[in-house]
Amino acid sequence: MSEQTNKKTATRLLLVAVAMFGFGYALVPLYDLLCDVTGINGKTQRADVSETKNQKIIFDRIVKVEFTTMVNTNLPWQFKALQKKISVHPGELTTVKFLARNISDEVITGQAVPSVAPSKAANHFKKIECFCFTQQVLQPGEEKEMAVQFVVDSKLAPEVDTITLAYTFFNSAKNIKPAKTDTGSTKNQSVAVVVNNSK
Amino acid sequence: MSEAAHHRPTGLSRWLFTTNHKDIGTMYLIFAFMMAIIGALMSLVIRAELFEPGLQLVDPNFFNQMTTVHALVMVFGFIMPAFVGLANWMIPMMIGAPDMALPRLNNWSFWLLPPAATLLIISLFVPGGGPAAGWTLYPPLSIQGGMGMDFTILTVHMLGISSILGSINIIATILNMRAPGMNLMKMPLFVWTWLITAFLLLASIPVFAGAVTMLLTDRHFGTQFFDAAGGGDPVLFQHIFWFFGHPEVYILVLPAFGVISQVIPTFARKPLFGYSSMVFATAAIAFLSFIVWAHHMYTVGMPMAGELFFMYATMLIAVPTGVKVFNWVATMWQGSMTFETPMLFAIATVFTFTMGGVTGLMLALTPVDFQYHDTYFVVAHFHYVIVGGSVLGLFTAVYYWLPKWTGHMYSEGIGKLHFWLTMIGINLTFFPQHFSGLAGMPRRIPDYALQFAEFNMWSTYGAFLAVFSQLIFFYLVWKTVKGGTKATDQVWEGAEGLEWTVPSPAPYHTFETPPKVS
Repeated sequence: MSEQTNKKTATRLLLVAVAMFGFGYALVPLYDLLCDVTGINGKTQRADVSETKNQKIIFDRIVKVEFTTMVNTNLPWQFKALQKKISVHPGELTTVKFLARNISDEVITGQAVPSVAPSKAANHFKKIECFCFTQQVLQPGEEKEMAVQFVVDSKLAPEVDTITLAYTFFNSAKNIKPAKTDTGSTKNQSVAVVVNNSK
Repeated sequence: MSEAAHHRPTGLSRWLFTTNHKDIGTMYLIFAFMMAIIGALMSLVIRAELFEPGLQLVDPNFFNQMTTVHALVMVFGFIMPAFVGLANWMIPMMIGAPDMALPRLNNWSFWLLPPAATLLIISLFVPGGGPAAGWTLYPPLSIQGGMGMDFTILTVHMLGISSILGSINIIATILNMRAPGMNLMKMPLFVWTWLITAFLLLASIPVFAGAVTMLLTDRHFGTQFFDAAGGGDPVLFQHIFWFFGHPEVYILVLPAFGVISQVIPTFARKPLFGYSSMVFATAAIAFLSFIVWAHHMYTVGMPMAGELFFMYATMLIAVPTGVKVFNWVATMWQGSMTFETPMLFAIATVFTFTMGGVTGLMLALTPVDFQYHDTYFVVAHFHYVIVGGSVLGLFTAVYYWLPKWTGHMYSEGIGKLHFWLTMIGINLTFFPQHFSGLAGMPRRIPDYALQFAEFNMWSTYGAFLAVFSQLIFFYLVWKTVKGGTKATDQVWEGAEGLEWTVPSPAPYHTFETPPKVS
């Protein structure tokens, strides 16, 4: 068999490999798109005031909205919701408040990442204003009240009577290595797990 | 051309610069065996630590490095190179080609491996230690790890390039270099399974290379693919990883299916039952392997529709796999069987692989997987598939073709001793893990609750038996290379195929004039 044919085959196959490498990267926007369209990742929707203004408020339906807050271990902040839960009517514009406090002695920028459960409610939970839209800067010891303005869309599936909105606050500085990778600290973590297991 | 082809350098440069498929195949096999020893020693560290409850021998971080590097070494350093070695040795001889299609590329594919392996081993000794995030390298752990993780990522890149080049070479060889008359549906099944495996490699390895590249840029160059704080998503990594990872497990096992399909007809003295259904079943498994990846991640919180789809698609794989198993059994049915060592290993492979397949079906069921997820049940399952399928398949191949490679018969007595000790060892190791897993023992943790003590003790005894039995294998191969009864050209009474028409040992150059296949 001629060398020419082999080279041609090899080149074509190499192109397949390169294309599959690109496909790996293409999965990133595809994944985001899929999550946006279906809301399966709990990603919430951002909306304009105008969009929500002419929504009819459905007064005979009540949806409970619960708020959960978490702080990533890399962020020395305290963060809580000022109200644990609230009852709203679909279509009604509601504002809730959260409180964050920087307990370190450094200026730190944080970023909150929201998630909505159940996932079929995610597409119908529309935020007009949220502290998670931008990064938040807190001075050492500073306390800050932050607002979220939202509307529960009236198209929300009828079987959903409770929606949970969870926020996790992350440190937005790059390359923070939590607990250095020296064996000491990891050891403690693992031991903690072990203790947990053998109860 | 012919003058160059007959030039045969000696000494170190023979091995460094060789473009001969048999030399390269031998180097692949030796490299794989060395990696297998390293990976096996790591598994012994794991098993020794788990011999009894409590933390005895190693600290938990090192334990996690051992589970991670053991898996990476075994998958990428041992099994994949071993099968590529077999492909190099056997495919040209089975299709009547003088060599691989791209011999220089072949040399390069091999010589990428030793530096890659070295890099991975070095990672264990850098500050912070080796990768400890499990072989799946899930973020956020893999983003937080020390520089050992960077070593690992570069290792994966190099190994990936090596396998991509290797599979390009194999595809080109099979498509372009077959002897006249050897049409596709006359190819031996080992060649078929390798052709399909090579396409799997070509389609999946680059995706994995992309995933670890994203990890690397997340770690050092400010991208946020998997970092939730920057808008990324760690679950995205799991999707990309398993899009590669599931085809990968078929990459590990399909060539073993090919080997079994050569060996069983030889010792049953009957042609393979259902040749074309074997080919189509292999292709079907390969296709399905690309649409089932999320069954590894039922617990991440997928919507119901997704879980159902992946559950049904996964269970569908049992159909073509069942076709293969039944075909092997039907080949043996009413055959005049003899039980030389390769046949013993082949039957054992069918048996243990099927056991792994059945637990695979259990894991495919979404509702029960929530209980089995990340327990020792999963460990038992994939070791039955990979050790019971791929590794036993490799032993089958070595015993089957060793006389052709060396020109000597191995000692049947020692071979059978090796077989039985290995079988007892691996079953003693992995069978109890089903029970500890069902009872709730989590994987990748160096300590466990007291009630799992007995199961783990058996597992550890089994692991030491299984690993040390391989000394017998090493001795047997060594002895057979050095001397022994002269093997005939056909070696086995029932053996058919072009590789058995050349002398034993196979001369340095075979089929320089293509054979005629009727």
